[in-house]
Amino acid sequence: MKVSLKWLGEYVDITLSALELGNKLTIAGLELSAVESVGQAWDNVVVGEVTDLTPHPHADRLTLATVDLGGGGFTVVCGAPNIRVGQRVPFARVGGRLIDGRTGQTVSLKPARIRGVVSEGMVCSEKELGISDDHESILVLPLDAPVGAPLGDYLGDTILDLDITPNRPDCLSVIGIAREVAALTGAPLRPPSVGYQESEQRIDSLVSVSVSAPDLCPRYCATLILGVKVGSSPGWLQQRLNSYGMRPVNSVVDVTNYVMLEYGQPLHAFDYHRLKGRQVVVRRAAPAETITTLDGTERRLDPDMLVIADEEEAIAVAGIMGSGASEVTEATEAVLLESANFNQVAIRRGCERLQLRSEASVRFEKGLSSDLPPEPLRRATQLLLEVAGGAAAGGVVDVYPGKREYESVVLPVREVARLSGLEVDVDEMLKVLRSLGFECREVDRGSRIAVSVPYWRSDIRCAPDLVEEIVRIIGYERIPVTRLSSALPRQQLRSSPASLRSSLRRSLRDALVGLGFQEILTYPLVSLERLQKLSPRMELETPPLKVANPMTREQEYLRTGLRAGVLATLAHNQKFESAGIRVFEIGKVFNPRQPATDEVKRPHNDERLPREDEMLCAALGGPRSGLSWHAGQEMLDFFDAKGVVENVLNGWGINVGFRVSDDETLFPGRGAEILVDDDRIGIVGEIHPKVAQAFDLSDTVFIMELDLERLLPRMSRTRRYRPIPRFPGVSRDIALVVDEQVSYHTMESIIRAFPLVTKVTLFDLYRGEQVPAGKKSFAIRIIYQSLSHTLTDDEVDNVEQQMLDILHQETGATLRR
Amino acid sequence: MLDQLKGLRTQALSELSEVDSLRGLELWRVRHLGKKSALIQILRSLATLPAEERRRAGAQANEVKTALESGLSEKERQLQEALLASPLKSRQLDVTLPGRPYPIGGLHPITQTINEICEIFGNMGFQTIEGPEVELEYYNFEALNIPPHHPAREMFATLWVETGGGEETTLLRTHTSPMQIRLMERERPPIRVIVPGRAYRYEATDATHESIFFQVEGLAVDTNITMADLKGTLLEFCRCLFGDERKVRFRCDYFPFVEPGAEMAIECLACAGAGCRLCGHSGWIEILGAGMVHPDVLARVGIDPDIYSGFAFGMGVERLPMLRYGVDDIRLFYNNDLRFLRQF
Ligand SMILES: [Zn+2]
Repeated sequence: MKVSLKWLGEYVDITLSALELGNKLTIAGLELSAVESVGQAWDNVVVGEVTDLTPHPHADRLTLATVDLGGGGFTVVCGAPNIRVGQRVPFARVGGRLIDGRTGQTVSLKPARIRGVVSEGMVCSEKELGISDDHESILVLPLDAPVGAPLGDYLGDTILDLDITPNRPDCLSVIGIAREVAALTGAPLRPPSVGYQESEQRIDSLVSVSVSAPDLCPRYCATLILGVKVGSSPGWLQQRLNSYGMRPVNSVVDVTNYVMLEYGQPLHAFDYHRLKGRQVVVRRAAPAETITTLDGTERRLDPDMLVIADEEEAIAVAGIMGSGASEVTEATEAVLLESANFNQVAIRRGCERLQLRSEASVRFEKGLSSDLPPEPLRRATQLLLEVAGGAAAGGVVDVYPGKREYESVVLPVREVARLSGLEVDVDEMLKVLRSLGFECREVDRGSRIAVSVPYWRSDIRCAPDLVEEIVRIIGYERIPVTRLSSALPRQQLRSSPASLRSSLRRSLRDALVGLGFQEILTYPLVSLERLQKLSPRMELETPPLKVANPMTREQEYLRTGLRAGVLATLAHNQKFESAGIRVFEIGKVFNPRQPATDEVKRPHNDERLPREDEMLCAALGGPRSGLSWHAGQEMLDFFDAKGVVENVLNGWGINVGFRVSDDETLFPGRGAEILVDDDRIGIVGEIHPKVAQAFDLSDTVFIMELDLERLLPRMSRTRRYRPIPRFPGVSRDIALVVDEQVSYHTMESIIRAFPLVTKVTLFDLYRGEQVPAGKKSFAIRIIYQSLSHTLTDDEVDNVEQQMLDILHQETGATLRR
Repeated sequence: MLDQLKGLRTQALSELSEVDSLRGLELWRVRHLGKKSALIQILRSLATLPAEERRRAGAQANEVKTALESGLSEKERQLQEALLASPLKSRQLDVTLPGRPYPIGGLHPITQTINEICEIFGNMGFQTIEGPEVELEYYNFEALNIPPHHPAREMFATLWVETGGGEETTLLRTHTSPMQIRLMERERPPIRVIVPGRAYRYEATDATHESIFFQVEGLAVDTNITMADLKGTLLEFCRCLFGDERKVRFRCDYFPFVEPGAEMAIECLACAGAGCRLCGHSGWIEILGAGMVHPDVLARVGIDPDIYSGFAFGMGVERLPMLRYGVDDIRLFYNNDLRFLRQF
């Protein structure tokens, strides 16, 4: 809400500077977002009158204007098409400070000779004065602008731009803000005095008003002014609207806007003679009813919307916008002024459906009081009579089906300290509340205050609301600073699922960072295309959850995995990175939940929510280390990725297994499922070339993915200590030749099953001349150890021989000699 | 004999000074102190001399022997030292050569910030909990005093999630505040928690606004909790994060689920309160919204608002590293450019 300090000053004395006042209002809840000074920089700019215009002798598009400042004329060259004799205009003398229309720089006006004629000053545009960007035409001042007066005195003002929170529609008005200023500074409030002469003829005999939808229109008030002359408004009125950023239209419309800004009550003016049947019906729109609104658009209405209609058709969408059919024009002779209260929800819904918002609807949506309309209506009638003449019919139409009683709110005095921590004595409470217009009565021997809330403060409904009123006017800076003294709640068990989850997450993060991975965070909302890229067939097995009203197509679906974001990040960074890239993300993925068959339809049933699973995805590709003098650049490979899996789970004592994966994102035969007790907890492998192409990846890229939800049930903080062996181990190396199809895992599982075997390490894998074609050789070191004694060679030989026999039986392995 | 001893000594010591290896030293020792050396022969022959002469010659011979032995051990020490010194010299490195490169990892600055926030509040007894990002309309709005068509819904432009059941009542939470309700439905006071997590808004993204962002919610409920405690808790948080000197401002603000409501701002780090583009020329930067839990909210979850009171706050996470590190575009956090992320 923009508010002019000059205007505000009519209702309350302001002794503070604009910034001091803005600061006080900010602390009290009306945040100052900007201060605009109008006219402070205008130096040597005065109000002039154009007394003569002659064509420029050497240029068709220029004129020579004589501008009188009260004590003699100046001749200036002017190019603006809208200059006329008799206008009052801003005139800059030589030496005046202006903004250059083309460069935007502040310049000092120098005497100039334009096409052979000396120009003794300049008639200014709004842009040159810094008011707006309009540089085409000159600014034309109202006819009552005092000739010769410095423009700064006449037009200068300070405008505060205040952010009004949705609970304070009363502050979308100058009087509302004046009321706050009065309470904050202690200065008295001076509301305008309202009164006008009413004619003999009663309004009831001239128009009938009926409300057929009282739920949507609690109150409808109107006055009628006959014999008006619609023209442009006087200067002061135009200026006020300008200070708010509103364009003047005509005297009637300007008055309704002025009073709306003044009181916060939207008003609407109808051309009385264009009302068919001389009646106003406030009703729901008929199904498929249409109306052409003032902006020339035909709009389709529905019965949830409220219209103002005459005998035949809708003439306005109530509270939102009028129609051309009843619009006040220069030809209007009688004006029906409407000041009504409309249901805020209906207005809001109407605005949403029509995609239409106006200054009026913004105020109605916030919820105005049904007790507000009469006063601003009478104020507007008074002003209209002043600026457009005519005579007001006697009385006021006041249809008030929604009249409500106001309950008082009781404030226990202790409540102020109990909630705010600030001790305030009762007299101060009473003073603050009264300064805001609350009527207060001490009850129960002064232990409670009964407060009747003024109609404009419909936001005040309970004791804490009053506590806020008291504390915000006293000032939040006076609230003391204390530490929480209440008892500490019971703390989470370390073995609780939540604690395990955060520990697992932290240990995964720490391990990956230690291994050189950079954490990334990608958006959980993605495009369908990006998810489809993960499959070489460009298809998705399960449809992801969709945002009903996405901002963009890039953020239309909830991700079902982290891979897409991680791969896209890798591709982006490959453009800049010469070394290998290692990134990871831990985050939530979303999958629809299978709804229970007998789903309870209560509003807050969590069954309706999707599953939110936490996952880890890491990706790596490129050279294993940066370019260095130490060694050549080897490329990262599958076993780097696999080593990461083994490493990050190591700290939790989890043994993982691997088996070939058929995951579509992975290169066939170069990807593995990660298993814990035969349960798949993730995958690791090389990206399928088609997927790599779809993501525009330049190096071979490997990913590993862990499903934290499957991992968590296997987490445990319970460990059992194993004694450190006291007897030395025996180390034996064997080389085994097997068929290509035999996996290392098969070999190791057989070996590990034997007693005394404590450690098995593969230290060479050989294919080549030394072994037959189609075979390979594993060189394996086995450590045998006993907790009870030092092993003899015979014991080890015995176990080893059994082992070789079994290996031969099961896999066809032979010792390589 | 005495002359002979004197000659021996001069001869041996002069030869010793020529020795330049341990091997040469051993040969010298055999020659001059060995069983067959002249000196040892003389010492053995002393017994045959008359007593007087034996005493003089014996003293003299022993003196020569001691001199040769100490010369020997001194020479040996010198040679050992020289032996060690030469390879040390030849195996010197250019220590300015670059080390073997290890890949360097790091946590995302937002993760780091959330960890810090949780740690600071954790030290004040606040436990970290989490909640769903796809939320029911009830928890996101109604339970927080924001029924349909409430004007405050404008503050929370919403992304709705299709559930296939016609009227959508599931949404991407617009704030972390629904967890206040979820928690109070199952826990009784004393309550002290913080809730980090993502929130979503139907809003255009620009340099200072993200439509998908992180928040941290805080909630404390018990008997005798006041706004003074809220102020004390939040001031302590700011002090820990931004230092003792940074000024903090509380002002009245409106959120439907708290009353009285507040907003906390800190003095702009870029202009130290003088006013600049970053702070909209106000000198202050808004950090969080807060207030006393609204009695209707407490009553809705079955906590008696006449007995208990509580405070709640919610802060945007991205704002904090932006202020601390001077990051001027919030979108940098989610572009995931390693040249940016590696700076933290
Ligand atoms: Zn600043």
